[in-house]
Amino acid sequence: MAASPAAPTSPAAPVLSMHRITKRFFGTTVLRDVSLTCWRGEVHAIVGANGAGKSTLMKVLGGVYPPDGGELVLDGRPVRLRDPHQALAHGISLIHQEFTLLPERSVAENILLGREPRRRLAVDRRAMTEQARKLLTDLDAQAIPTQRLVRRLTVAQRQTVEIAKALSYRPRILVMDEPTAALTPGEVAVLFRRVRQLVARGLAVLYISHRLAEVFELADRVTVLRDGRHVDTREVSAVTATELVQLMVGRELADRESRPPVDVPEPGSVRLAVHGGRGRNLHGVDIEVREREIVGVGGLDGSGRSDLVRAVFGVVPLASGTVEVDGVRRRIRSPRAAIRAGLGYVTADRKTEGLVLPLPAADNALLTVRAVGRRPARAAAAALSRLASRVGLATVLLRRETRVLSGGSQQKVVLMKWLAAGARVYLFDEPTRGVDVGAKAGIHELIRELADGGAAILMISSELPELIALSHRIVVMHAGTVAGELPAGAREADIMLLATGQGAA
Amino acid sequence: MNALPVQVTRLLRSGRPAGSSLPIWLTFAGTFAVAAVVVGIGGGRFVTVANLQNIAQRSVALGLVTVGQALVVLAGSLDLSVAYVVSVAALTASLVMAGDPARMALGVGAALLAGALAGLVNGLVITGLRVNAFIATLGVAYILRGAINAAFDNFAGAVPDQFQVLGYDVVAGVPVSLLLLGGVVAGAWYLMHRTRFGYHVYAVGGDAEAARLSGVRPHRVLVGVHVLSGLCAATSGVFLASRLGAGAPWVGPDGGYDLESIAAVVLGGTALAGGKGRLLGPLAAVAILAVLDSVFNFFQADPFLRTLVRGLVIVGAVALYGLRGAGERS
Repeated sequence: MAASPAAPTSPAAPVLSMHRITKRFFGTTVLRDVSLTCWRGEVHAIVGANGAGKSTLMKVLGGVYPPDGGELVLDGRPVRLRDPHQALAHGISLIHQEFTLLPERSVAENILLGREPRRRLAVDRRAMTEQARKLLTDLDAQAIPTQRLVRRLTVAQRQTVEIAKALSYRPRILVMDEPTAALTPGEVAVLFRRVRQLVARGLAVLYISHRLAEVFELADRVTVLRDGRHVDTREVSAVTATELVQLMVGRELADRESRPPVDVPEPGSVRLAVHGGRGRNLHGVDIEVREREIVGVGGLDGSGRSDLVRAVFGVVPLASGTVEVDGVRRRIRSPRAAIRAGLGYVTADRKTEGLVLPLPAADNALLTVRAVGRRPARAAAAALSRLASRVGLATVLLRRETRVLSGGSQQKVVLMKWLAAGARVYLFDEPTRGVDVGAKAGIHELIRELADGGAAILMISSELPELIALSHRIVVMHAGTVAGELPAGAREADIMLLATGQGAA
Repeated sequence: MNALPVQVTRLLRSGRPAGSSLPIWLTFAGTFAVAAVVVGIGGGRFVTVANLQNIAQRSVALGLVTVGQALVVLAGSLDLSVAYVVSVAALTASLVMAGDPARMALGVGAALLAGALAGLVNGLVITGLRVNAFIATLGVAYILRGAINAAFDNFAGAVPDQFQVLGYDVVAGVPVSLLLLGGVVAGAWYLMHRTRFGYHVYAVGGDAEAARLSGVRPHRVLVGVHVLSGLCAATSGVFLASRLGAGAPWVGPDGGYDLESIAAVVLGGTALAGGKGRLLGPLAAVAILAVLDSVFNFFQADPFLRTLVRGLVIVGAVALYGLRGAGERS
């Protein structure tokens, strides 16, 4: 019922074409001249590495971000979409990667939000329940009670409600951004069957996924984006997984040598060991990091990489499984416990999680040692300038407000914080994100020095050259588990294959 | 956790549909019973027609303001300007009527218009100029305060005697003013729980971005609730003018309606972050505060003690909500 397009249009015109779409955020170009066409009755997959611009492109289509350049053409007519309301009115419906449901409202209220059926002035609640039930039944999900509050639903049920909501707009173009991330294989099969039905009735589906198997199972054509640019569009029947990965990574990048570490150290004793780690987005993870070792963690967004380090550091503690530090089993239920155990966590978002920006750099560097005090704060304060020179930060900067420092200097302050606290196991999440090239080399050098000094390092990075250049071993995660492990000097394509669930392992 | 809060939270939770305002009404019933007993022991009679009418009339001014405040808070915003909107409306009504019975409707209309305008300004400053609601409405409060204090020292204008029916008369044992409050509450309840606008208020208060992505226009909703809050505060001002015989610049701020209405909203179980809570809870909170006042008046207690007890009640109640929330999560 959901998808019959209003007026039959000439089959010669694509239902959607995006021409040379450009989008900038704060001076950074995240989409550059991206063009894409989509036909009625087509599933068009969009793939690309993290930061390739997939989600941004879809948000431009959904009216969430107005583009800075380019043109949107729907059924041969150019349109401008200023907000999601207009996009929905044009029949473009998005299922966002992040949930957009209201936890304190019922399933029916969520599905029909913004289009509640009315009888005279009042919302017709019976009709609303009826419509919601019908939409859910269409998805084989009549088991979900329409009056239940969304916060009482499971994650998979929420995903289904999200899909029912998107279909309730009777779209002609449906955008699905990683819709299967929270679903079980059985639920994925139901979803795919439903998508095929909708497509058979003339709906156009744009499908973003990190899982290449899904692309091959569902899509007719696939577009590859890389670094905000359109790389290629292919018929799915005429492309292999390896070719797609090559396109995602980029030939010049794949061929470029990212100098893996020359001498891998003799394995020391195990400093950090996680066994059977289960928790949010983690479905049984085993990982060990030894003294003097840098273990890189590869994987795409949503693979559970960040959830792993956050669990180990006690931000969202593991539901089950064990963590051992230097052979001692630790119950880490809070960051404070993790710090006491000798862990340090360099977060991906240093501005909100790593630093208190209005404080002077020196106070940030001493924040943890003052709070947790594994060693006297006074000694650390006295050694501040020595610490600064160790990370290569000019001592004059210590008195400056942390906000005004460059990204590289800020990251050095974060490192000083953990050095001052005497951490022996370091968890890095994207250690050089948003850092300029010079500072990047400095941070890389520092990570190597930390390892040489006996620390154990677990480092997440989405930048494959960085992962390859630093890691003594590379563990690749996919769907909340370790998909495989690669030795130093692994090829980018092999990491990408594991990360997209294509690995032989 | 020790046993008492667990029992209390279980009582508050037991089998109720989420978002019900029943617990706070039970609390009201309990407060009422305790008040009756305490006053009885003190040698007085609490449950008399006169006293109940008195409590009801005390509740009206704050109740009207609180209805508007509840709408604003449910939408995730805040209105600190209500006390001065009350004064502006009271003065407007009293000056326009100027003692002339023929001008009563005109005076009420002008007062409501003034309230709606103040609310419109609040809403536009918040959505259009993107000023934080706390600061925007505080700024409007200062502007109104400065204006009315510059223009008036004390009572100005007058309402005709017939208009004082609203403030003092009783029909079939029910004060007219309570009927007014009942009407406003019924209208607001219908709006919030039966119309699209109300659904969208909950959506915007719960998650404005999610609402926007669903095709709701959050700015329209926010401007709407602020206009409604202005209208509610103005209605309260009209009631106070009727009660006092004229408007004066101090009627709003002396009543403390800005902070008291926010306290009542929170006491009534509405999340200050928005999107969560029912409309009737805050009304029960207003009634509880009025019962407390009545008890303190009976004993002619120190007004500072009265304020102190209010503080304890508010903090204690909100802490209980916190415990209840923690219980639900675990």
